[in-house]
Amino acid sequence: MPDLSDQGPVAVVTANRVVACSHAARTSGVRRGLRRREAQARCPELAVLPRNEAAEARLFEPIVLALESIAPGVEVTRPGLAAIGVRGPTRYFGSETGVLHALSRAVGAAPANEAPGAGITTSTALIGVADGSFAAEQAARQGVIVAAGESPPFLADLPVSTLDPSGDSPLIDLLRRLGLRTLGAFAALPAGEVHTRFGPDGAWAHRQAGGHDDRPLAARRPPAELVATLDLEPPVDRVDTVAFSARAMAEQFIGDLAGHGLACACLELQVLTENGEETVRRWRHAGVLSTVDVVDRIRWQLEGWLRGGEHPPSGGVTRLRLLPVETVPLGVHQQALWGGSGADDERAHRALARVQTLLGHGSVLTPMIDGGRDPLQRTRLVPWGDAPVPEHSPEHPWPGHLPAPAPSVLIDPPRPVQVLDATGRTVTVDERGVVPSPPTTFVLGRESLPVTSWAGPWPVDERWWTPDATVKVARFQLVDVQGRAYLVTYATASQRWALTATYD
Amino acid sequence: MTAEVDYLEQLFEHREVLDLALRETLTGVADRGRRHGAPPLPVSSALAPLLPEGLRRGSTVNVAGSVSLLLALLGTSSAEGAWCALVGFPLVSAEAADEYGIELSRLAVVPAPGPGWATAIGALLDAVDVVATRPPAHVVPGDVRRLTARARSHDSVLVPFGADWPGAEVRLRVREGQWEGIDVGEDGDGRLRRRRVVVTAEGRGRAAQPRTARLWLPAAGGGIDSIDEGTVIDEGTAADEGTVIALRAG
Repeated sequence: MPDLSDQGPVAVVTANRVVACSHAARTSGVRRGLRRREAQARCPELAVLPRNEAAEARLFEPIVLALESIAPGVEVTRPGLAAIGVRGPTRYFGSETGVLHALSRAVGAAPANEAPGAGITTSTALIGVADGSFAAEQAARQGVIVAAGESPPFLADLPVSTLDPSGDSPLIDLLRRLGLRTLGAFAALPAGEVHTRFGPDGAWAHRQAGGHDDRPLAARRPPAELVATLDLEPPVDRVDTVAFSARAMAEQFIGDLAGHGLACACLELQVLTENGEETVRRWRHAGVLSTVDVVDRIRWQLEGWLRGGEHPPSGGVTRLRLLPVETVPLGVHQQALWGGSGADDERAHRALARVQTLLGHGSVLTPMIDGGRDPLQRTRLVPWGDAPVPEHSPEHPWPGHLPAPAPSVLIDPPRPVQVLDATGRTVTVDERGVVPSPPTTFVLGRESLPVTSWAGPWPVDERWWTPDATVKVARFQLVDVQGRAYLVTYATASQRWALTATYD
Repeated sequence: MTAEVDYLEQLFEHREVLDLALRETLTGVADRGRRHGAPPLPVSSALAPLLPEGLRRGSTVNVAGSVSLLLALLGTSSAEGAWCALVGFPLVSAEAADEYGIELSRLAVVPAPGPGWATAIGALLDAVDVVATRPPAHVVPGDVRRLTARARSHDSVLVPFGADWPGAEVRLRVREGQWEGIDVGEDGDGRLRRRRVVVTAEGRGRAAQPRTARLWLPAAGGGIDSIDEGTVIDEGTAADEGTVIALRAG
């Protein structure tokens, strides 16, 4: 964890793009949407952190509680963005400005949930008012109140990239190539043709651009049997365990809705503990919710409740309920939105869930390739059901990374071994990277194996030969007399050898 | 028939698998001819001489001598949509698995199943196409029979690694590994590029005739490949071959 106490430039990066940055980083030219390397080029001392949505949910929880104290029916879009209907509280506070003041006072009084190392304080919020939730979000960014009926002209001059600030939406790219650079130009297209050409996602974006997203198209009150309930016995107090168990429920929830030709745009999640405590929250999605989205929201709500709030519940979770609040007709192409997982995939997921229950959480893992120079860094196991997000980009050029073929079995932690020369002394590497006497014997536990061929040394750190490098480690490949090959490392400071992998 | 009765008695001691296995045994007794309805899982063309039918669903394939051989065995079917599981193995490199074609998002790893080993394998065989496992040191003969039967009744493939597995239909093992690309001399030049191995397959029934194949495992750049006999230089010392090939590749 880089030291962030001095308010140095910080950026949060997801999928190789900057999603948020500190003021110090901004003054050095770092912007949202920049690639990680561009950002680092503009600001070499930039501290880059991976995104932590669970922490965001925890930090956002006090804000949501503060908003709920002013107005009921808060709908959370994602950690960091929440919406309320302003009409009711306006009657109470007299005017929209009065509501804004009440909201900012409540948020300001919320406990500033300082996150050490994250550089975020939650005691400020941007607030805006407009007709639709998309227009209101843009109004909040500018801190303005858009008068009733004025949302379309307010949005018209904004760039189309506003629709998806992450910058990798194919729709935005397409619109730009069609010469539609502003939301106004996009909104001017006829709705029917947009739907035909761009599908439901495009139609939704079109409604947002035109400021018409306050009421979704043909919103229906969903039938009561579409409520999904999950009972947990015994009660569970771990967020990841609940989220894991909830996956099947989320699949069923989305599947049942799809069976009725519906997709969910806003859902209510109720969580009950063994001691009767309850949290209820509405989650709205800018498109339609997929299974993964539903599980994410369950995770976020629980993170905020169990770990972020002032009054965490006293017992484990016993029941989850998902209620569709707002549904939209399901377009035929939307099946692809949740990956079209086949029956086999679903069966496999269930079997793995069962093994996970039998052996305990964290017993079933899935491997992923992570970035790094060391073979051990490049393989990471993540608990089954968690999203495999690399900490570092594996595609990034990693000087010192071993070329293929990769060793098949990794030794974690590396095992101390001895590598001896013909005279029986430990083989060494000098500062210039020269091996004065070549290895002839490899001692692995009690086994002493003659070395038939070897290669190395390869510095693990590219700064190996500079005088200030503190840890100098070199890799070697050894082949023993039985034809078995090993990857070993040598640390110059301690003159110790360790086995890190085998080419079994 | 005595064997079948013994088998049924064994089953009664373990209620959880009773139902399925009983059904399986009864249908097996009644209709021994057709058990494996589903098409076999594909294997790499390099392994085709050893497993001409691919990985038959419902079968048990014993692999010994090399984790790379195991990964190569799973690679092609995983790439084409099969789900695989590795149970009880030391840390297998994700990079190596990827080089052999395994789709990591369809690979489940259970590093330490502990005393629940047999139950976990049983549950996995229900839905995972290929379950590879390193059995614990002392496997109860009953477990061997039960799991072999479970694989058969669920059309999955059980791949016990290492120790001999009495019910296996095919036994694949690696003999003779010779690395190329790495230097034998004093100066540590070159690097491990590829390994020449001889893999043998022995089996029962239709696969009774032992077969051998000469393979690159791994091949240059990772993965598995058959050794094209035409380009083999000669059967000289490994050192000479290594040097020649390193130069050609470099």
